[in-house]
Amino acid sequence: MATLVFFYFAGVIVLTSLLVVVLRNPIYSALSLLIMFFHVAGLYVTLRAEFLAAVQIIVYAGAILVLYLFVVMLLNIKREERYHPQFPFGAFLGLTILTEVLLLAYHRRVVNEPASPLSHTARTLPNGQAVATDVAPAAGNTEMIGEVLYSTYLFPFEVASLILLVAMIGAIILAKRDLFEQREG
Amino acid sequence: MVEVGIKIGLSITQIAVVMGVVLLTVMFLTLAERKVIGWMQDRMGPMEVGPYGILQPIADGLKLFFKEDIVPAGANKFLFSLAPILALVPALIGFAVIPFGPNLTVEIFGVQFQPFVISDINIGILYILAFTSIGAYGIILGGWASNSKYSLLGGLRAAAQVISYELNVGLAIVGVLLLAGSLSLVKITEAQAGGFWHWYIFAFPFPQLFAFVVYVISAVAETNRLPFDLPEAESELVAGFFTEYSGMRFAFFFLAEYANMILVSCIAATLFLGGWNAPYPGTVIERLGFPDFAWFEGVVWFTVKVYFFLFLFFWLRATLPRLRYDQLMRFGWKVMLPIALGNILITAIAAYLFPVGK
Repeated sequence: MATLVFFYFAGVIVLTSLLVVVLRNPIYSALSLLIMFFHVAGLYVTLRAEFLAAVQIIVYAGAILVLYLFVVMLLNIKREERYHPQFPFGAFLGLTILTEVLLLAYHRRVVNEPASPLSHTARTLPNGQAVATDVAPAAGNTEMIGEVLYSTYLFPFEVASLILLVAMIGAIILAKRDLFEQREG
Repeated sequence: MVEVGIKIGLSITQIAVVMGVVLLTVMFLTLAERKVIGWMQDRMGPMEVGPYGILQPIADGLKLFFKEDIVPAGANKFLFSLAPILALVPALIGFAVIPFGPNLTVEIFGVQFQPFVISDINIGILYILAFTSIGAYGIILGGWASNSKYSLLGGLRAAAQVISYELNVGLAIVGVLLLAGSLSLVKITEAQAGGFWHWYIFAFPFPQLFAFVVYVISAVAETNRLPFDLPEAESELVAGFFTEYSGMRFAFFFLAEYANMILVSCIAATLFLGGWNAPYPGTVIERLGFPDFAWFEGVVWFTVKVYFFLFLFFWLRATLPRLRYDQLMRFGWKVMLPIALGNILITAIAAYLFPVGK
């Protein structure tokens, strides 16, 4: 049952991710991205990480993607002009990553010879669940995330918030450039 | 297997009852709004259909049902049909975690069953925030798919407004979560038991009065009601994002707006006014000697609180003029946001200095 649910979510995620890139209408791309966010949240729920699932939807689907749609509608992008100049670069990047994936898959098969890729995925999922239930007791994983974030991972957490602050100030300075120039002149 | 069947049957019954009550409340609200605003403006309100006009909602519903369904030329037909559904479903789905009455557990045919909450999940409030944020898609896509300038402008305004004020809603709630130490609406309500001085709007160590005001104002803005109804400002945008909609599709947007009003009223009552807790310790019915029926008093108090907020919505609409768009944005980001952030800071310090029963 758990495997079946996993393959449903994984399949839809792969399909909608492809649609995001393939579809010509940017609004439809954004919508398939929305469906993908929901299925990623579903994967989090199967791993008993409800907090992450909710945050995934609030932040990505509720805020970031709405802003994407906002920009797409304001700019009114023409359908065809997006792809052609990027094609050689995209093909190069895609080939590199594909080679990497194939090499990794080959390497893994050499390391644990008898396991076929299919049974391997089937085995990690119950494992992942077992680990998740160990980490998150009945008290709920929101408290656990808070505690871990402010003790074990305090430094990376603070660094990430500093980076976000820098980005925010940078955006203000870029958008309000005329304001600063006037004051100097 | 039988147990699973009973469980599913009970859940479906519960969902049907809650949906029925919500939709009936919407029907009642459409009449109540016109009547209340009529009285406030020294008019009678609707008087023609039925005695004293009380059958008006049925007439309105029939009219919307039989109206011709028009799709404008050049509209994106798929998204045009999808948008009203995307607006309505998130508004209704949030009711799944609202506790309407005391946290009882009843055993029916050997199955544990909570009659007053459909699903008590431990991230209840985040679940509601997640789905209300999805409601914005219905408005934006409806505005875009109509292929009309007014609709598009209304949709874009709505997007900016909902995102800005959603932030304030989220931050206003954080103070309550700090005091309660839980995200489950059932646990938050239980923590406020024992008299109105335990409600989080008044509670020790730091009353959430500021958070409450920020929440109520932001909730009005998030539901696109007057004085924040810029997405559908009729003096500038005809009707905003649903200019091109008619018949049942229009009715869906309309239902979504009213269902959202009820939902934010339920959340406000649960988080700040103690949910189903009476303003005095215990319940009157229990003291009279019928502890088995004490739940009735809880449900009545919850209803009273929710209707207080719904009345507030009408009251604001009859009293205040619409804001200008730049005023709206400035108010949201430069007034509400600092108040909400300051409230979180002070509440966190207070909760650290005076930890309450954990």
